[in-house]
Amino acid sequence: MTATTTRAKQLGFLQAINRAQTEEMTRDERVVLMGQDLRANVFGAAAGALETFGPSRVRDLPLAEAGSIGVAAGAAMAGLRPVVDLTVASFVFGAMDQFVSQLAKARYMFGGQATLPVVVRAALYYHGGTAGHHADRPYPMFMNVPGLKIILPSTAPDLLGLLKSAIRDDNPVLCFEDANLWGRKGRGPLPEAGDHLVPLGSAAVRQTGTDVTVIGIGLGCYLAVEAARALAGEGISVEVIDPRTLVPMDWPTILESVSRTGRCVVVDPANRTCSAASEIAARVAEDCFTDLRGPVVRVTTDDVHVPFSPALEKQIYPTQDKVIAAVRRALAG
Amino acid sequence: MTEGTDPAALPDEFAGPDGHTLALEMMRRMLRVRLFEEATIALFHAGELPAMVHLSIGQEAAVVGACVATTTADYMTGNHRSHGHPIAKGAGLGALMAELLGKATGVCGGKGGSMHLADFSVGSLGESGIVGSAIPVATGAGLAAQVRGSDQVALCFFGDGAANEGVLHESMNIAAIWKLPVIYFCENNGYAVSVRASESISVPDIATRAAGYSMPGVVVDGQDVLDVYRATRDAVARARAGDGPSLVEAKTYRFHEHAYGLVVPQPYRDQATVDSWFDTVDPITLFHHRLLGWGAAGEDELRALRDAVQSEVDAAVEFARESPLPPPEAAYTDLYAPSEVTA
Ligand SMILES: Cc1ncc(C[n+]2csc(CCOP(=O)(O)OP(=O)(O)O)c2C)c(N)n1
Repeated sequence: MTATTTRAKQLGFLQAINRAQTEEMTRDERVVLMGQDLRANVFGAAAGALETFGPSRVRDLPLAEAGSIGVAAGAAMAGLRPVVDLTVASFVFGAMDQFVSQLAKARYMFGGQATLPVVVRAALYYHGGTAGHHADRPYPMFMNVPGLKIILPSTAPDLLGLLKSAIRDDNPVLCFEDANLWGRKGRGPLPEAGDHLVPLGSAAVRQTGTDVTVIGIGLGCYLAVEAARALAGEGISVEVIDPRTLVPMDWPTILESVSRTGRCVVVDPANRTCSAASEIAARVAEDCFTDLRGPVVRVTTDDVHVPFSPALEKQIYPTQDKVIAAVRRALAG
Repeated sequence: MTEGTDPAALPDEFAGPDGHTLALEMMRRMLRVRLFEEATIALFHAGELPAMVHLSIGQEAAVVGACVATTTADYMTGNHRSHGHPIAKGAGLGALMAELLGKATGVCGGKGGSMHLADFSVGSLGESGIVGSAIPVATGAGLAAQVRGSDQVALCFFGDGAANEGVLHESMNIAAIWKLPVIYFCENNGYAVSVRASESISVPDIATRAAGYSMPGVVVDGQDVLDVYRATRDAVARARAGDGPSLVEAKTYRFHEHAYGLVVPQPYRDQATVDSWFDTVDPITLFHHRLLGWGAAGEDELRALRDAVQSEVDAAVEFARESPLPPPEAAYTDLYAPSEVTA
């Protein structure tokens, strides 16, 4: 890297969230923030919100996850645009009925009468000894529920742009943030002041290549880029795609790339069975069958709960080595 | 009968022309609920209903007494016992009946059906087939009213069975700490399907649970539409004044089986007693006699009222029957709001 790029201003994940929320709250007074420990900014993304927007629009929620999601749904039906910080993604389970029965279904079941502009943010805290109750990556479960949109950015500028689009969207949008990217890994060039928008449903091609398409989700995208760099040394040309949005998925970009390279690897930190990778692999197999020159290979987390001991935990997730092995398998086919 | 209500005397607030009109409006709405549901019974026996219905027959005073204390600008959510709430809130009958028949002209375009009626035009934000699930939705509607600085309130119907669902408690707590304009209204009909409230609830009155959330909790005679109306009116006034939520528990009766036509193998209540309710605790009959006794209305006037409502219901049935089924492609609409943000 050159001296100029290292010195260029960078945006981090928490700053991205804060900037997106602040800009959208300033733009639209119907946007309200709700979350546990929000006013004290315990999770670091709500700095200044209480001072700027006041206690009516910035609310600390009690520990009531189901109630909170349902309250957001009702508030949206009655004219607000709530952004709910659910903190840890594993806490979605306590609110599952409200996500599914209310947030996802109300518009459809009521024949289009309800509009639910709700954003729910939740961070994926795996990889850090948080063990079974805090380290889940539950986004594929929600991909199975029509009526929700799902974003899962892998860079801070994308998070900024997608979160702003999500807040403006008239639909419920779940924003899953891969906490492994909160540090240096997820930082990206600071967008200029003013509207930095990334539309939902648009993938990013992180790197172009000709031999194999690697689709990476969240941290998986970072691993894919690193693996691609290593493989470049062997003369293997890897195209890396970051879907950024899981629902709606940018199928044209993915399918076009796989049709061109004839090989596909999907890297997804979710548990293997019915993962986002499973859906991508199935769709690629259906739509690119005649172009494929090898098996579609998934790199996912093994189907176990997350164990506590570092000696046990590290082995279950996708790694750069597993991505490299998967690419070799795809190429060998 | 309720304390403080002398059945012989017309209560003051119903003496003047407005009061008189209000009393007759309560009767009209109770009849709308009753006759609409009797029409669904006929449709059930004729094999025209594509699914079961959960009837509010016997509970009309609770439903109507609560709804008349609000306006169509106020919000309301309900549950699987679902027809009475939007009807009492003022929804048109045709689109509701068409919804029960799964027609394109249904209030939800045929996608909701009996347990999920909604009519946003009169503040009915939807019923819920998942017991208790809509309770936080009403709470959120109250939040929206508060943040927007409007004087709207949210009326939240739920049953004694739902009183044991966790979201009720989460919602009442949230409403209490934020002083949200919500009226939690429990229609306690004594049973959750077959399970007695007395065997599934740890206190004799659900209303006492309000104390745990520092909100007023009152028990009313759910067969007395005036008693229900008064208690709800007070709760609405409190909510509009910014003083926060209330819990109103109406003790009422479910005259028919949990779902109409459901056969429960093991008897859980005495049928002779249930049959006697039509003679003793029918809220419409009770109110009918009281209106006559007070001289607030004559037999002719009440008959004309019933006839007018019956015509409205007949027209709704005819509208529903004649309406087209939704085209297959309708199954694929209304999933997402059209909303595109482009860079
Ligand atoms: C979450 C959930 N659990 C169970 C059911 C099945 N169910 C439907 S209605 C009902 C009883 C509800 O009782 P209550 O709230 O008292 O209302 P009521 O039927 O007496 O009006 C049950 C158990 C359901 N629909 N949803």
